[in-house]
Amino acid sequence: MLDVVNLSHTYGKGPSAHQALGGIDLNVAEGELVCVVGPSGCGKSTLLRSIAGLIKPTAGQIRIRDVAVSDTPGDLAVVFQDYSRSLFPWMTVGDNVALPLRRRGGDRAARRAAAADALEEVGLAAAATKYPWELSGGMQQRVAIARALAYRPSLLLMDEPFGSVDAQTREDLEDLVLKVRELHRMTVLLITHDIDESVYLGDRVIVLKKSPATVVGELSVKLPFPRDQIATRELPAFVHLRAEVGRLVRGKDPFRPFQA
Amino acid sequence: MTTTTSRAGRHAAESGTEGGRRGLLGVLEQMWLIPLVLVAWELGARQGDSIYFPPPTTIVTHMYELWFSGPASHLFLTEEAVDNLPPSVGRLLAGWAIAGVIGVGLGIALGRSKALSGYIDPILEFARAIPPPALIPLFIVLFKLGTQMQLATIVYGVIWPILVNTVDGARHVDRVHADTAQVFGLGRRQRLFRIILPAAAPKIFAGLRLSLSLAVILMVVSELVGATDGLGYLILFKQQSFDLAGMWGAMVLLSILGFVLNASFLFVERRVLSWHRRAQQTT
Ligand SMILES: Nc1ncnc2c1ncn2[C@@H]1O[C@H](COP(=O)(O)OP(=O)(O)OP(=O)(O)O)[C@@H](O)[C@H]1O
Ligand SMILES: [Mg+2]
Repeated sequence: MLDVVNLSHTYGKGPSAHQALGGIDLNVAEGELVCVVGPSGCGKSTLLRSIAGLIKPTAGQIRIRDVAVSDTPGDLAVVFQDYSRSLFPWMTVGDNVALPLRRRGGDRAARRAAAADALEEVGLAAAATKYPWELSGGMQQRVAIARALAYRPSLLLMDEPFGSVDAQTREDLEDLVLKVRELHRMTVLLITHDIDESVYLGDRVIVLKKSPATVVGELSVKLPFPRDQIATRELPAFVHLRAEVGRLVRGKDPFRPFQA
Repeated sequence: MTTTTSRAGRHAAESGTEGGRRGLLGVLEQMWLIPLVLVAWELGARQGDSIYFPPPTTIVTHMYELWFSGPASHLFLTEEAVDNLPPSVGRLLAGWAIAGVIGVGLGIALGRSKALSGYIDPILEFARAIPPPALIPLFIVLFKLGTQMQLATIVYGVIWPILVNTVDGARHVDRVHADTAQVFGLGRRQRLFRIILPAAAPKIFAGLRLSLSLAVILMVVSELVGATDGLGYLILFKQQSFDLAGMWGAMVLLSILGFVLNASFLFVERRVLSWHRRAQQTT
């Protein structure tokens, strides 16, 4: 479905240039949910923005269904890291969700209905006539997810979608992603810096290292479905995988403060 | 979750009415000075007894006789009022509207296209530096005396705040908003009308408001030179015919006009930008 081949990106030129991505290879199969983990500032957003066609990578290739893409792919939805800025404050929640649907055809009423369905799915049916800034952070993020769902993308990109919500809301939203992904058989690439989250959500976890970002390892997550916030997380397999990912994130040369 | 919403909603509603009450009280608090000033003016003018400074009561009765004692069929306006008020207001609003359309249109184009603004910005910087009244002689040659020349003066004088603010607003559309629009493949029309214009609207309105008061000034300036009607002409005409109470009356009319225009604009702005005000209150 998605192939990223030897992707590199350098911000700026000359002495102040900063290489954010240093040749990343990864792929996501149809219907798969892949998590990308990496430390803060390692270039995860840069990777996602390249795939979404929001920045031109300096080298490498992105292919979707074996077709090289250079612009924003037509069948793509993104849930941004910064949800509070990704919804439009001058539109109601319903209009925010319905706005991108014009492209999908259908009349106004059909678009409204599709938006209402998507909001229903994330448990916000009653919020359609409210404005985004009338909602809590977690609710805003659910609206952003509803907007992506209503769009029916073949590929959904999520950039640390639950980075700034409280723990309880975070768990609810994680389960929401698993539910809708199951329901619509969507292909998802989810970026996070949270190791537990990557193992809990993913079919596969790809670990990045810092400056410049490269893939240091990849793990298949063979945990049973449906996943459960308590039961799954206490499985020995989960604990083991978490440790594996943690080791990869820390790198071969872990931080040892007491060494001379 | 539902409690959070209703609380947020109630909070917004509360702070809204609170603001309104404080606003009304504030207005009343500031109002007490006005009668005081009027009384002082009245007493001072009677004491001084100068024909150049008639007391307010004289001005008001004179204004009534001159302009508001007409037949009911003309909304009680006299012939002189009908001849001078509507042309002034019409030119002011027309000039402001033309400047608004050109300013917003050009401003969006310049704000969204680096290449275009690279070419045009230097020219605009020069054009902006010319004080509009300095161009009146040129407009008189170009358009002859009359409405066209007056419109040109108003448009030229008031377009800058609109243009500059629109460029600024269009240029600084939030990056996440722009990215969202691109990722979800919004078309050009949708981007313009649903994203860029609303995002720039607070700035655009700030520019429009500024230029509305400028439009009053330029309307008067353009009517002071070789006009045959309008409020500016009326001030000059009354002065030349030694009707100084009438001159003062025309100036009072002008200030009332400016006040009404500004108040109406604020009323519309509060409605159109209510999302902006309330979003800023909640964050
Ligand atoms: N527009 C830019 N210009 C220059 N450097 C940038 C730009 N955007 C990001 N960077 C740099 O590139 C590196 C990677 O940034 P990126 O936002 O991709 O990290 P991230 O992994 O998403 O971080 P976080 O987990 O904090 O979101 C950082 O060192 C950052 O300073
Ligand atoms: Mg990031």
